[in-house]
Amino acid sequence: MSAMFSQNPLMNGPNYSFNQAPSTAAAGNKEHGFYPYTDNGGSTLAISGSDFTIVAGDTRSTSGYNINTRYSPKVFKIGGTTSSQDDATLVLSVVGFAADGEALKERLDAIVKMYRYQHGKPMSVKACAQRLSTILYGKRFFPYYVTAILGGLDEEGNGAVYSYDPVGSYEREQCRAAGAAASLIMPFLDNQVNYKNQYIPGSGVGHALVEREKIPLGRTEVEDVVKDAFDSAVERHIEVGDGLQMFVITKSGIEEKYLPLKRD
Amino acid sequence: MFRNNYDNDSVTFSPQGRIFQVEYASEAVKQGSVVVGIVSKTHAVLVALKRNAEELSSYQKKVISIDEHVGVAIAGLASDARVLSNFMKTQSLSSRLTYGRAIPLERIVSAIGDRAQTNTQHYGKRPYGVGLLVTGVDETGPHLFEFQPSGMTQEMVACAIGARSQMARTYLERNMEVFVECGREELVKHGLLALKESLAQDKELTVENCSVGVVGIRGEGMKTIEGFKLYDGQEVKKWVDLVADGAEAEEAMEVDS
Amino acid sequence: MNHLPQSWGRPRDDIYGAYDHSYLQSNGPNQHTQSPIVTGTSVIALKFKDGVVIAADNLASYGSLARFTDVKRLRSFADSSIVGFGGDVSDMQYLDRLLSSLDTREAYCSSGHSLNAQNLHTYLAKVFYKRRSEFSPLWNQVLVAGLDAESKPFLASADLLGTTFSAPSLATGFGAHLAQPLLRKVAPDEDAVAKLSEEEAVQAVKESMKVLFYRDARSLDKYSIAVVTKAGIRLKEDEKLENQSWAFADKIRGYGTQVN
Repeated sequence: MSAMFSQNPLMNGPNYSFNQAPSTAAAGNKEHGFYPYTDNGGSTLAISGSDFTIVAGDTRSTSGYNINTRYSPKVFKIGGTTSSQDDATLVLSVVGFAADGEALKERLDAIVKMYRYQHGKPMSVKACAQRLSTILYGKRFFPYYVTAILGGLDEEGNGAVYSYDPVGSYEREQCRAAGAAASLIMPFLDNQVNYKNQYIPGSGVGHALVEREKIPLGRTEVEDVVKDAFDSAVERHIEVGDGLQMFVITKSGIEEKYLPLKRD
Repeated sequence: MFRNNYDNDSVTFSPQGRIFQVEYASEAVKQGSVVVGIVSKTHAVLVALKRNAEELSSYQKKVISIDEHVGVAIAGLASDARVLSNFMKTQSLSSRLTYGRAIPLERIVSAIGDRAQTNTQHYGKRPYGVGLLVTGVDETGPHLFEFQPSGMTQEMVACAIGARSQMARTYLERNMEVFVECGREELVKHGLLALKESLAQDKELTVENCSVGVVGIRGEGMKTIEGFKLYDGQEVKKWVDLVADGAEAEEAMEVDS
Repeated sequence: MNHLPQSWGRPRDDIYGAYDHSYLQSNGPNQHTQSPIVTGTSVIALKFKDGVVIAADNLASYGSLARFTDVKRLRSFADSSIVGFGGDVSDMQYLDRLLSSLDTREAYCSSGHSLNAQNLHTYLAKVFYKRRSEFSPLWNQVLVAGLDAESKPFLASADLLGTTFSAPSLATGFGAHLAQPLLRKVAPDEDAVAKLSEEEAVQAVKESMKVLFYRDARSLDKYSIAVVTKAGIRLKEDEKLENQSWAFADKIRGYGTQVN
C-alpha cells in the first residue's frame, strides 16, 4: 500500500523550498507483487528402445493441495499436418508450470508445422531437439518454467529421448524422469533400465563384482517399467495420480494408451 | 508515337478510369497455365495443368496445401503465389492458435483480398501477378473462391483461370447443374475434363503434368472432414486414365474426329 | 530545534528518532504491489448430459466490506456461452468490454460462423497468458461454460496466470474447497456426466451455493445461475438462496456472535 501514498518528496540533506520536490517518478524498473509462475505438479517419463520410444505422463493437474482436474494431458504429439496430429512423428512432454508448458508446446508445434510446410518433409528429432533448446534459451531471462522431454525416432530408426532444463540445456539420453516425482522415479529407472547397482551374485566382492549385462529392453518390458514407476510414484507423491497417458512412437506411427491411476 | 502515360504506377487512374498496372497484372494470370476448381455439396476439388520451363527442368508447383482444411491452386507468378500462400498459412495457424478454430474460408480469402487491394493503392507497390483458386471446408461446408490481382474475390461453384481457361469455363458452364450432387471422384473427373478442354493442340494430360487437390466433409461438423490432400505423379494415374482419349467413347469421338 | 519548512508537521527527531526513509529508497526497484481491489468470490459450474449449469453470487467485496450487492458476474457470449468471473471486478469489466468488441467483430466479419465456448476459452486463456507475461495480469479466474465444436457440453477454467483446465465440475476461489467436493460426488467423471439430468445438476449447484453462503464470509445469498444447452442460454440474475437452515450454527463454537 505504501506505494500508493508515496508521492511525498524524498529529501536527503537540506532543502529550502518545496519546489525542489521531485515531480516525476523515480527511474528504475517496476517491481510487482505479482509472481508469474505456479507449479501444477505431475510427473513425466520417457524411455527409448532400439526401435521405439515411450513418452508418458500422469494426467493430474494441481494447485497447492487442490486437484484442478483429473485429466489434463502433459504429453503431446508435435508437428502433424492435421488438428488431430495423426501423422506426427514427435512427442513432447512438459511438466512444471502448465501455462508455460502449453505455450511452449504450441510454439514448437507451429515451428515444426512450418518446417514441414516449407521443406515438404517432417522435422528430424535431432533438428527439433536443437530448435527446442533455442526456444527455451530465447527466454533465458523470463524462462518457461517447465522441464521438457522430447521423444522420437532418429535417422537410423532408433528410439531417441532428449531431456531439457527450463533454460534450454539439453542432452540425448536413454531414459529420463521429470517433474514432481522425478527424484522418486529416476533412481528406479537407473536400476531397472540401465541395471545400475545390479551385480552377478557370487561374482566377488568390492571391485571384483561383475555388473549385470546390459540388454536393451523390449517394448512390453518398457511399458511395464513405466506402469510400475507411476504406480509407485502415486503412492508416495500427492501431486501424481488420476491417469497415465503413454505415447509409443514406432516407425508405423504413434500409439496412445491411457490407464487409470489411483485418484486419492 | 503513342505512349501510355498512365501505366507507370498503380495509383494513377487513366482518364478512362482504368488502372493499367492492375490490368497488366491480370494479364500475368492469363499467362499462367490453367487451373480448374469445382465445388459440390460435399467436396471441393482443384485440378491443375503443370508446366515445365524446358525439357530438362522440373514442373512448376500449381497446387499448395495451406492447412488441413484449405488448399490453393495458382495461375501466374509462382513466386508471388508463394508470398500469398505463406501469408495464408500464418493466418490459418494464428486462427488455430488464438481461438483453437480452423479459419473460416470467407475470412482467409478476404484477408488476401485486402492485402492485394492495398498493393493497388500505394505508390511504389506492385499488384500481385497471380490469380488463385482457394478451396476448403469450414462449418458451413465446402467452398471455392476465386482471387484476382485487383483484390477481387468471389465465391464460385466452378471456376477456371489461366491460359486458355475460357474453354474450360465453357465446359464448366455447360455442366454446372450436375456439380452440386457430385461425389469426389465425379468431381475430379469433371475437373480433368474441363482442364482437357483448355489443352493446347499438341498437348495431353499425363501423370507428369497433372495435379489434383481434394478436400471435403464426411459428416456433420468440423471433426469429420476429409483434409486437403494433394495428388501428384502416379497418384493421379487412375483419374488421368479415366479421361484419356478413347477411354470414354462419346467424349473421345468428338475430340478425335 | 529545526525550523526549516520541510520538517513542519513532522514528528520531532529528538523525541521519535530520525525518520526512517528506507521505504522510500529511490535507488533500487520501485516497490509497486499489485493486487485485486474489489473482488468477486467463487464461481461454480457443473456439466450434465446436454449442457452446463453455472452460478456465481451477486456480491463485489472491498476487502471484508460487502461493497456492491448487485453485481452480475455471469456474462453471456454470442447466445451460446457463459463466462463466470471470479477475482477483480474492474478486470472483469475490462474483459466484458473486450468480449463485447470480439462479439461485434465476429458478427460483422462473416455469416454462419460464430465462436463456440471452446474457442472463447482458448481466446480468454491467451489474453490472460499475454497479460501475465507482460507483468500486468488481469486478476481473475474465469469459468467458461457452453458447447464445443461437436456440440458436446464444454466447461473449462482460465486464470490470471494463463493456466487452463477442464473437468466435469469446476469451482473457483473458496468454491474449490467447499463446492468442488460436493459437485465431484455428483459427477466424478465424464460417464457420470452423460447420465446426469439437468434437474439434478441445477439442484447440486444450488445446494453448493448454499454451502458457500454458510461458510464463505465474502459471499451473498443473492446469486445468478445459468443453464447452457443446445437450445440456448437460460440466465437468471436475481435468484435468492432458498431453504436456508442455520440450525447447525449454534452448535459451532465461534460461529457468528456466540463466542463461548
